[in-house]
Amino acid sequence: MNDKLEHVTEENSSKEQYSLNDDRRVRVLSPGAMVAKRFFRNRLAVTGLAILIFMFLFSFVGGVISPYEEDQIFYRTDTQYKEYAAVIQNKEYRFTSAGADVGFDSIIQAQMVLAMQQGKDSFQWKDVDYKVTEEGENFYSISTGGKMIGITFKDIVNLSQEGTELDFEFQYNALKAFTNGEASFKVGSDTYQLDAEGNVTKDGDDYAFVSEYIIQAVMSDVFLSRDFKEQLLATIGEGKDLFEFKDTDGETYEYRLSYDASKVTWSVRQEKSTSVFDRYSAPSKEHWLGTDTNGMDMMTRLMYGGRVSLVIGFIVVVIETVLGVIMGGIAGYFGKWVDMLIMRIVDIFYCIPSMPIIIILGAVMDGMRVDPQVRMLYLMLLLGFLGWPGIARLVRGQILSLREQEFMTAAEATGIRVRNRIFKHLIPNVIPQLIVICTMSLGSTIITEATLSFLGLGVKFPFASWGNIINDVNDTFVLTTYWFVWIPAGVLLLLTVLAFNILGDGLRDAFDPKMKR
Amino acid sequence: MKDNQLAKYIVKRILISVVILFFVALIIYSLMRCLPTSYIEQVAREKSMQPGSKSFEEWMKQLTAMYNMDKGIPEGFIAWLGNMFRGEFGDSWKWTVPVVDKFADTVWVSFAMGAISLVLQVLIAIPLGIIAATKQYSKTDYTISVIALAGISLPTFFFASLMKLVFSVHLGWFDLYGLVGRNYEQLDAFGKLLDKAHHLVMPVTVLTVISIGGLMRHTRTNMLEVLNADYIRTARAKGLSEKSVVYKHAFRNTMIPMVTILGGSLPGLFSGALITETLFGIPGIGYASYHSMISGDIPFSMFYLTFMAVLTLTGNLITDILYAVVDPRVRIS
Repeated sequence: MNDKLEHVTEENSSKEQYSLNDDRRVRVLSPGAMVAKRFFRNRLAVTGLAILIFMFLFSFVGGVISPYEEDQIFYRTDTQYKEYAAVIQNKEYRFTSAGADVGFDSIIQAQMVLAMQQGKDSFQWKDVDYKVTEEGENFYSISTGGKMIGITFKDIVNLSQEGTELDFEFQYNALKAFTNGEASFKVGSDTYQLDAEGNVTKDGDDYAFVSEYIIQAVMSDVFLSRDFKEQLLATIGEGKDLFEFKDTDGETYEYRLSYDASKVTWSVRQEKSTSVFDRYSAPSKEHWLGTDTNGMDMMTRLMYGGRVSLVIGFIVVVIETVLGVIMGGIAGYFGKWVDMLIMRIVDIFYCIPSMPIIIILGAVMDGMRVDPQVRMLYLMLLLGFLGWPGIARLVRGQILSLREQEFMTAAEATGIRVRNRIFKHLIPNVIPQLIVICTMSLGSTIITEATLSFLGLGVKFPFASWGNIINDVNDTFVLTTYWFVWIPAGVLLLLTVLAFNILGDGLRDAFDPKMKR
Repeated sequence: MKDNQLAKYIVKRILISVVILFFVALIIYSLMRCLPTSYIEQVAREKSMQPGSKSFEEWMKQLTAMYNMDKGIPEGFIAWLGNMFRGEFGDSWKWTVPVVDKFADTVWVSFAMGAISLVLQVLIAIPLGIIAATKQYSKTDYTISVIALAGISLPTFFFASLMKLVFSVHLGWFDLYGLVGRNYEQLDAFGKLLDKAHHLVMPVTVLTVISIGGLMRHTRTNMLEVLNADYIRTARAKGLSEKSVVYKHAFRNTMIPMVTILGGSLPGLFSGALITETLFGIPGIGYASYHSMISGDIPFSMFYLTFMAVLTLTGNLITDILYAVVDPRVRIS
C-alpha cells in the first residue's frame, strides 16, 4: 500500500501540486473499469481471451478466406491395374456342334475322345453308329448316317474383325486347311487364303486367324482386335511381362502379364488411370492439414467445424440462460409455493440423465433419417432445454438475498411493475454471476456437442463439427496412421474449451470485489 | 431432541426424493412412449430379420404388450411401475437375457473402475488442491489451476484416443480394446485378475484425469475459504506453526464439505462411464447401456435411465444428510 501511495504522489508532484482535498488527486474508476482492470491484470485470463479471439477468427473469418468450400471434394488420379483379358493356351480338345439339334452332346463327345485315343474310327452308342474321321493334326470330325454332326479340335479359329459370325462351315474348312498345311480353302462361293502362321485373308483383307491360344476379354463389351491378340501372343512368346499396345484411337496403354502355371493362363491387366477421392492425403502446400476420409480439405473442415461448434454452443447457452433467468427470477421473487414448485421442477430436471436421453433421441433420429440440418436444430433445442436448471438455481439463490435489500423496498414503494422489478432491478445484479456461469457452460456445451458428434449422434455429415471430424478415429487404421485427421481437431477443441473455462475463472475473479488483486 | 430433528429431516428428504423419482420416471416413460411408432416397427422389423428370430407380427405384439403400448400413457405407466416394484424389467432385446441379469453381469466392472478412479482422485486432487490454496497466486498455484482446468476441458474421447495412440500403438504396453487378453482362459485365477487389472489401467487413467480437475478446484476453493476465516487468523496470532495451522486447523474444516461431496458421489460409482467404457470396449454398465440405447433396446434403456435417476437422487440425499450430520451449524427446518 505504501509503495503505491508514494508512487502516486511522485507522479503528481512531477506535474502539478494539487491541494490535499482536490478531487483531481484521486482517479475515479467506474465499477466496470475496475472489473476490466482486474481482469487484464490476470495473465491467464488474458491468454484465454486471446485463444478465444483466435478461434473466432479461425472459424468465422477463416472459412471466408479459405480457398475451398466446406464440402468441396478433391480427387486425385490413381493408376490402377484392372483385369483386362486372359490368355489360355489350349491343350484340350474343344468341340463345336454342326447345329443345335444334331445330338452332339457331352456323352457323344466323351465317346468320341475315347475312340480317338484308341485309334478307332467308329464307335457305337445306344444303337447308333458314329464315324470318327481324322481330318488333320489334332482335328477330327464326327458323322452319323453320312451327316457331319460336329468337330473336335485344339487350334481355335478367331475372327479379326468385330461383328461377323463364325459359322460351323467356315470353322471346319479353315481348320481343315490349317491342320493340313493348305494355302487356301473355300467356303460356299468365297475363297480364303491361309498362311503358315494361321492368318486367314479374304481378297487380301484380314479375315480370321487360327491359333492354339484363346484370348478372352474380361469385360463382355470389349472386342480384342487381331493386332492386339497377335502382339500379345508375340510378347508372351518372348516371355516378357510388360506389354504396350497402341489402340485404334491412337492411345498407348500399358499391360502387365502374369502367368498362372496351374491354370496355363496368362492374365492381362491394363493400367488405367482413374479419378478417386483424394482420401487421407498427407499435409501439403495445397492442403495444410491434408484431407479427410471424403477427400475434403481438413483445414477448411476445421474452420467450418469450429463455426458449427461455436454457434451451437452459443445458441444452446442463450436458450439455457433465457429459460433459467425467467424461471429462477420468478421463483426467487415470488418465493413460497411458486418457488417450491419451480425448484421441484428444477430437481426433476437435475435427475433426468441427460446424456443417455440425448443418445437415445439421436439413435431414433438416425432410424428416422432426419435431415442433418433439422437434426442440428433439435440438438440445440434439446441441449438448451435440459441445461437450464443450473442457471435457474443460481439466479434464484441470488435473488432470494437481493430482494430483501433496501433498494428493492424502494422499488416496491415507487410502485414499479413486478415484471420491471424482477428484470430491471434484480436480474442486472445477477449479471456478473450469469456471465461467469454462461462462459463456463459454453465450454461444457461444446464438449457435449463434440461428444455426441463423435458418437455419430450429433452434427452429421455433410456438416462439419470438431466432434464428427474426430469421429474418424473409430477406425483403428486412421488412429494409428493418419494423425492429421484427428489430432488437430482435438487440440482445437481442447484449447477452445480450456479458454472458455479460463476466461470464466478470470471473470469470476475480476467480478469479485473481495479479490485482493 | 436433536436426533429427533435429524430423523425428521431425513424422512422428509427421502419423501421428497421419492416424489421426484416418481415424476422423473413418468417423464422417462412418456418419452419412451412418445418415440414414433414407426421406430418400434422398425426395431421389430430388424429383429425379425435376424436369423432364427420370431416373425415381425410376433415381435410387434411382444413390443406393444411389453410396454403396454396398447393402453394409454397413465395406465401403461402404472402397469410399468407395478412391474418395476416387483423387480420385473423384462428381457433386454439387444442382449437377449433378462435386463436384471445383464445389469448384474456388467455393473461390477464399472464399479471397480469407478472406485479405483475415485481413490486415485482423492489421493491426487486433495493434496494438490491444498498446496494450491496455501500458495495462492504462486507459480505452483497457477500450474495446478491450469492442470485442473485442462482436466475439466479435456474431451474424454480425444484423451482416450491419444492414450491409445501413445500407449497401445506406439509403446505397445496395452491392448486397444477389451477387458481380457487373448490367452485369458489359459491363466490361473491370479493371472486372470492381473490380466483384467492390466486392461483396466488405461480406462482408469482416463477416468481419473478427466474428473480430477473438479475435485482439485473444489478443494482449493474450500481451503481458501477456510484459510481466510477468522479462527485461522487467531491460530496464526497464537503463534502456531504454519504446518499445524494448515493441517490441523484448516484441513479438518475443509474436510466438512469434501466429505459430503465424496459421500454424494458414491452412488455415482455404479453408473458406469459411458464414453470411456465404450471406447475401450470394457463390458461395464456404460458400455452395455450405450449399445442398448443406440440399438433401440427399450427395456434396458428404461431400466438404465431409471437407475441413473435413482443414483443421482441417492447421491443428493447422502450429501444433504451428511452435511446435516457433519456440520452441526446447519439449521434443520
